[in-house]
Amino acid sequence: MASIEMRNIVKKYGDGFPAVNDVSLDIADGEFMILVGPSGCGKSTLLRMIVGLEDITSGDMIIGGKRVNDLAPRDRNLSMVFQNYALYPHMTVYENIAFPLRLSKTPDDEVRRRVTEASDVLELKEHLERKPANLSGGQRQRVAMGRAIVRQAEAFLFDEPLSNLDAKLRGQMRTEISRLQRRLGITTVYVTHDQTEAMTLGDRVCVLRKGLIQQVASPRELYEQPVNLFVAGFIGSPPMNFLPATVEGDRLQTPFGPIVLDERRAAAVRGRELLLVGIRPEYFEDASLVDDAKRPLGSLFRARVDVTEWLGDSQYAYIPYEAPEAITNQLRELSRELDSEELRTQAIVSIDATSRIREGREAEFWLDSRKVHVFDPHSGDNLTRDAEAGARLTQMATEDRVEQVQDAQASGQTVGGAHRAGAA
Amino acid sequence: MSSREKTWWWIGGLLIVVYCLFPIAWIVSLSFKAPSDIANGQFLPSQFTWRNYSDIFTGTASDLFLPALRNSFGICLIATAISCILAMFAAYAIARLDFPGKTLILSTALGVAIFPVISIVTPLFNVWRQIGLYDTWLGLIIPYLSLTLPISIWTMSAFFREIPWEMEQAAQVDGATTWQAFRKVIVPLAAPGVFTTAIIAFFIAWNDFVYGISLTSTSASRPVPAALGLFSGASQFEDPTTVTAAAAVVVTIPVVVLVLLFQRRIVAGLTNGAVKG
Repeated sequence: MASIEMRNIVKKYGDGFPAVNDVSLDIADGEFMILVGPSGCGKSTLLRMIVGLEDITSGDMIIGGKRVNDLAPRDRNLSMVFQNYALYPHMTVYENIAFPLRLSKTPDDEVRRRVTEASDVLELKEHLERKPANLSGGQRQRVAMGRAIVRQAEAFLFDEPLSNLDAKLRGQMRTEISRLQRRLGITTVYVTHDQTEAMTLGDRVCVLRKGLIQQVASPRELYEQPVNLFVAGFIGSPPMNFLPATVEGDRLQTPFGPIVLDERRAAAVRGRELLLVGIRPEYFEDASLVDDAKRPLGSLFRARVDVTEWLGDSQYAYIPYEAPEAITNQLRELSRELDSEELRTQAIVSIDATSRIREGREAEFWLDSRKVHVFDPHSGDNLTRDAEAGARLTQMATEDRVEQVQDAQASGQTVGGAHRAGAA
Repeated sequence: MSSREKTWWWIGGLLIVVYCLFPIAWIVSLSFKAPSDIANGQFLPSQFTWRNYSDIFTGTASDLFLPALRNSFGICLIATAISCILAMFAAYAIARLDFPGKTLILSTALGVAIFPVISIVTPLFNVWRQIGLYDTWLGLIIPYLSLTLPISIWTMSAFFREIPWEMEQAAQVDGATTWQAFRKVIVPLAAPGVFTTAIIAFFIAWNDFVYGISLTSTSASRPVPAALGLFSGASQFEDPTTVTAAAAVVVTIPVVVLVLLFQRRIVAGLTNGAVKG
């Protein structure tokens, strides 16, 4: 187990294009770090540089206090789960898991003990003699994980491990990975483009865009205090709505009526002209279902609903709005960058599942103005970000993690601990 | 497929099989005829006889045939083994590494394969005589390598390209050196490709006639195809056709056996289960 430090890592390919550009990132011992971003943002390249499958153009990669830039993958003692698992098809599950141990010339009975232990953890016991070809997707995934946990690696690296599984299995494996990581308390770097995985698994999430780090923070901080338009748009599903707004004193004029800002936020936007206001879908509600106590905290507006989607436990309504052309183009550009293809300017609002708002009709909505963020449309910067509140959220997450790891170690659950005892 | 369509498929298939196998059947039938029976005007021999077979194994033709059989086996197996090993390394490099001159190597290999054998055999004959390789095993193994290597490199690099890169990277992350990754992961996965290539290479060497007849003069190294051409009848009035047919049947057997033995290995799909879910 070790910390991973990256100092000004740059990766340039032959054509001089920087796939990863000046990335500095500290991953603490035992931390679960997620690298997330749309395709082509350099997250996989970064991971492959950590493990040593990709050369580092410049910068320092330090694992466990040792600079590893020039070490071959086998000398870095990391284990990795590949996107397509990369199991060895000519070996049984047992031999697949045992492969790293065989390479290090571990004695046979030790191999058997560790493979049995790993297969117990992953519930692979009855499949040990089978070949990978005869396994289901989820089982193959577990074999790949078994191969990773069987030796005492300094860290686990996952490269989109769940992207080949169907949705249901993905959910199960997600919790499985989370549990395993907590139990082993091992430093983990996990690459994904799926923001649900990013939010649920990570202690901290590193959002990348075109090879540059946008923000490194706990999922909560990313969600509530995003640093710019890109992060705000990337984190959250359905995504944050961006409405054009103009400043009038301490209020913002938007297509959905005026939004009153508190003192701090009003000061941050004072003197500006055209702005983008970011509102998460759940900050809206069907006005008829809002508590009287809450009502004064937001504003009311009427709008025509284009489409509603009722999902049983929740309901979404789509409300089209007009926006200046410059803003429309910019939003389109942003959505393209986020790998989605938003063609019309519409707000997605989350309303109570019991709401009887109907398609094609006009309805009254309530908008919670306490948590809206205001962005500069040109730079994309979040003008109303509360850095302190954000830092507090990430601090809380860190404390949670330390506590959980201690708990796990105290109850002696860690496979790693057992390994060390066995090896001694 | 309707039953009508099915019948047509059957008939078509049968026609092709008959077309392909008829010459072989003819040779088999010839090998059981007595020399005087060749012109009996019918497909089957008037009287079955093992005489031709006993001729080539123990009789008059055995001096010619048995050493040739031994030579053919030895020379072809050695040439195949060498060309497979060389081609394996070459193909691995071509499929995996990015180095200048890669396409040059591939196109040169193709060029060598295209180059007509008959045009180099005369100069080769002179060179071999000068340096003492004429009528030796090595004198045939070297030209056979030039026949088998190009096709081996091409087929094997196609197979190597099919093996997912990540397999090897996974092995390296697991702690393997490049050599260990190659030996423990790539070679077993490439085995079907290597077997297929080996069989193709063996056939090419086994079937060669031009080098065999030109670069040898005695039973010290003469391969079977050349020996077949030199059969003579028991007397000068007797046609050697039936003996030749018997020998042809015998030399076909190893080829058939090889294919049957390795059929399962030739069928690829060993990479099943390596990737995806």
